[in-house]
Amino acid sequence: MAIVLVLVLVVVGSVLFHLLSPWWWTPIASNWSYIDDTIIITFWITGAVFSAVVLFMAYCVLRFRHRDGNRAAYEPENRKLESWLTIVTAVGVAAMLVPGLFVWSRFVTVPADATEVEVVGQQWQWNFRLPGKDGKLGRADTRIVSVENPLGLVPDDPAGQDDIVVEAADLHLPVDKPVRILLRSIDVLHDFYVPEFRAKMDMIPGSVTYFWFTPTRTGTFEILCAELCGQGHAFMRGVVMVDTQEDYLAWLGEQQTFAQLSAPAQTSSVEGKKD
Amino acid sequence: MSIVLVFLAVVAAIAAWWLSQQRLMAKPWLEQGSTAAFPRTESGSMPAAKIGLGVFLAVVGCLFALFASAYFMRMGFPDWRALPVPPTLWLNTGILVLSSVALQCAVFAARNGQFDMVRLGLVTGGLTALAFLAGQLVVWRQLVAEGYFLSSNPANSFFYLITAMHGLHILGGLVALGRTTAIAWRPEQRDRLTLSVELCAIYWHFLLLVWLAIFAVLAGWAAGFIEICRQLLT
Amino acid sequence: MVDVTPDAASPVPPAEVAEVELYHPHSWWTKYVFSQDAKVIAIQYSATALGIGFVALVLSWLIRLQLGFPGTFDFITPEAYYQFITMHGMIMVIYLLTALFLGGFGNYLIPLMVGARDMVFPYVNMLSYWIYLLAVLVLVSSFFAPGGPTGAGWTLYPPQAIMTGTPGGQDWGIVLMLSSLILFVIGFTMGGLNYVVTVLQGRTRGMTLMRLPLTVWGIFTATVMALLAFPALFVACVMMLLDRVLGTSFFMPAIIEMGEQLQHGGGSPILFQHLFWFFGHPEVYIVALPAFGIVSDLISTHARKNIFGYRMMVWAIVVIGALSFVVWAHHMYVSGMHPYFGFFFATTTLIIAIPTAIKVYNWVLTLWRGDIHLTVPMLFALAFIVTFVNGGLTGLFLGNVVVDVPLSDTMFVVAHFHMVMGVAPIIVIFGAIYHWYPKITGRMLNEAMGQFHFWVTFLGAYLIFFPMHYLGLMGVPRRYNELGDMALLSESAHQLNAFISIMAFIVGFAQLVFLFNLIWSIRHGREAGGNPWRATTLEWQTPQTPPAHGNFGKELPVVYRWAYDYSVPGAKEDFIPQNEPPSAYAASRGAV
Repeated sequence: MAIVLVLVLVVVGSVLFHLLSPWWWTPIASNWSYIDDTIIITFWITGAVFSAVVLFMAYCVLRFRHRDGNRAAYEPENRKLESWLTIVTAVGVAAMLVPGLFVWSRFVTVPADATEVEVVGQQWQWNFRLPGKDGKLGRADTRIVSVENPLGLVPDDPAGQDDIVVEAADLHLPVDKPVRILLRSIDVLHDFYVPEFRAKMDMIPGSVTYFWFTPTRTGTFEILCAELCGQGHAFMRGVVMVDTQEDYLAWLGEQQTFAQLSAPAQTSSVEGKKD
Repeated sequence: MSIVLVFLAVVAAIAAWWLSQQRLMAKPWLEQGSTAAFPRTESGSMPAAKIGLGVFLAVVGCLFALFASAYFMRMGFPDWRALPVPPTLWLNTGILVLSSVALQCAVFAARNGQFDMVRLGLVTGGLTALAFLAGQLVVWRQLVAEGYFLSSNPANSFFYLITAMHGLHILGGLVALGRTTAIAWRPEQRDRLTLSVELCAIYWHFLLLVWLAIFAVLAGWAAGFIEICRQLLT
Repeated sequence: MVDVTPDAASPVPPAEVAEVELYHPHSWWTKYVFSQDAKVIAIQYSATALGIGFVALVLSWLIRLQLGFPGTFDFITPEAYYQFITMHGMIMVIYLLTALFLGGFGNYLIPLMVGARDMVFPYVNMLSYWIYLLAVLVLVSSFFAPGGPTGAGWTLYPPQAIMTGTPGGQDWGIVLMLSSLILFVIGFTMGGLNYVVTVLQGRTRGMTLMRLPLTVWGIFTATVMALLAFPALFVACVMMLLDRVLGTSFFMPAIIEMGEQLQHGGGSPILFQHLFWFFGHPEVYIVALPAFGIVSDLISTHARKNIFGYRMMVWAIVVIGALSFVVWAHHMYVSGMHPYFGFFFATTTLIIAIPTAIKVYNWVLTLWRGDIHLTVPMLFALAFIVTFVNGGLTGLFLGNVVVDVPLSDTMFVVAHFHMVMGVAPIIVIFGAIYHWYPKITGRMLNEAMGQFHFWVTFLGAYLIFFPMHYLGLMGVPRRYNELGDMALLSESAHQLNAFISIMAFIVGFAQLVFLFNLIWSIRHGREAGGNPWRATTLEWQTPQTPPAHGNFGKELPVVYRWAYDYSVPGAKEDFIPQNEPPSAYAASRGAV
């Protein structure tokens, strides 16, 4: 009999926990509130199914528990009931899948006006690169990474000369401008994850991955690495600041381009930053 | 992963064909009593060893299909430099075909009770399989001599890896063949002989097939064939 | 298809196996150690799996010590932490769950349930166990190797798995791990051939597929899947071993390690992920399907009612088995593979929810109008439904590609897979042990200890993993040995972590009681008799308990009916064994 009570308590407790829990997602700071909506839909549907199944089970145990002289009914199957349950389940699944796929198609379609920002992961720090005045990122190659050229930019590519290199410092983004994050790694897998932006993607050495979003509010957000990258994984943090347009431009003005950094006089300061 | 999926689709089709004869739509609670009316739903009369070998070959097939899948996925990367096909491979292929033919002759002989022929077939099959393995080693040495080392290019790595895997399977088969040959010399175990020889022959034919497929993949013909399929589909 | 009632009256000659076909042990060694009897092999498999599982339990305590009380235990360095989670995960998934369900329950139950004297290839079956044991020993040896075991995470993703930044990456750890897995796959294939062919060819007279208990269906389908999925793990391991030992570049692109260029170049880490998950996702169902089958039989037996919708249950098992091979990339939604794969894999993944849901409905509907005996196995079966439904439903979050984006690699995933393929199958294992222990030893497990074990395990495990989902929803990433001053964390989240850890210690303690019960009851348990649960399936109809060598007496049983003739109207008892000839009840069944 205790099991009946416990089953009911599990349902009631889980629902109350869900409603009252102080542990909930961080306030969103990007355009991906669609994802939050899809999660909410999924919570409603799955919550209803969970409660219904467990409560029905509790009722069965209460009503049909063994008492002397009881005998179970004999019912090998009930095609009608099974068909209905299958149809209802299929509808419920579709109700979660269809909105999910719609949002996914948005997620993978980068708007044409998105500016590109490159994030380069390495054990265990974050580096960034912005395209500079020409709006284009130059080519890069892990093979030529060195202390002087930490991101491995190809020196003779003119498109790369004005690229702004931010090594192991904060990334700034202008608010309300869609941005396409290009992801690259020079050693192992990493994953660029800012909980407030909801989006994330693995960074794979040897190829460039991407995702896009639009920051919707200013503030300072923590970058976490979300793909195990060795023993320093938990300490691979970074900061991304979403600025107003003026603040952003002011920050941008202070940054150095690849050409400036690779000029001989600048070499020592780069070395100072490393480790 | 398309190759392994195609392979699994074939396995699934065989499984579905078999299941379709097992009266999965029947209502078992209405069917008490003997099942004499449905003889095919009982355990089959085929020897368990033969079924076991069949299942094992499905596993081996899956293994090589996965290697082929990995091969084609890795091939798409820019550092891939295809190997030349050493002409010795043709000779080895011929030897392996001979080996299969010899074992098939042994099967026919065993069924007809010609035990001298069985022994001849088994020994020929075993020796030609050994010759095949030696030939593969020669190919490896030729490639190394020409500077195609294991780790210098992924195409080389795959070549050595897949041929080694195939060779190991032949080696395992030779153990079974050795036991069968031992039986062939003992008249008191003749009732087991036919089955043993048949199992060896099936395994040999299968490994020959696998080898032909591997050869096609490693020599690059399979890639061309897949490209044609892809163009037909799109 | 036409439903024909087979000839009910004609007697069937019993199938007798000639004495020569059965292997007979001649000494103590061949009887108990190098035994070819599936029942002994089953016990060897189970004992080894439970033994190594106990190591994984201790590792989970160490993990929770660190997560609940970070900075308190100096010996849990980041390296050690990653080694603990890696070994815990790999042991639980492969060396405990797979080995116990297929090697343990498969060996014990398949021959008995299908009415065979033994597996069809007993010698290969014995080899299977010894290779498995060798794999376990190689795995354990990595704890004592220089550099310790690998800390690459149980997914062993390259490149980090074989690099210096990862514990064991350039030491022995990863080499031993890969070798152990390769051995496991070889050993499993030997056992798996036995399980499959015994079901195909070893069934006794009258045991058609549709008369098989669902336990056999579950184990059989899972074994077929495992035979086809494990080669992918084998291929991945062999290729990574070559990358690590011989410097090939299957998975290794150009990499800077500690400021130095590595020799590798051009390889694809994604290729490994495809191979790994091509094995890894079917693996989830390799663990789940035997649990599905076993729990169906537990519910049916202890609710004294036929399993509801037997045909649907069988079809669902087969459909789930087939579908599980085309969903693997749902583990890779944020891996950087081509984004359009997301549409395909999200759809297949959510479709698999439908047959799975049907199974849940049918379990619950079996309870409806049943005669529910709240025995310990039944309690575990009920707990399985709760935890499995919970874990299965959170799978709908993670399978739906866009919802997975914020949740992947967070504690939500950890909570989800622990609930659905940790807690739920292990609860079934417990239920199954309480159910079949009397057949294996002839004595019942102690009821009071069983009740204690059940309540603490069920409630404790639920309290561990249900709240954990919400940490993931907050954004707490998985595989962090220390959350530190993470901006998104409130003080209460740290308290929640401490609470989870305390619950984990309590649940772990309850397993010690279970272990004690297992040993204590061998001598002191209540005598069980041959069929204490009054069950219909063949293993309960053996002439001796525990079943003697050869399982059945001189004659093999002949099967006349399906496995679920419980509470048949008109029948005197509320169960009719499968080998009971129909004549006595034929008339009364006419009305049904």
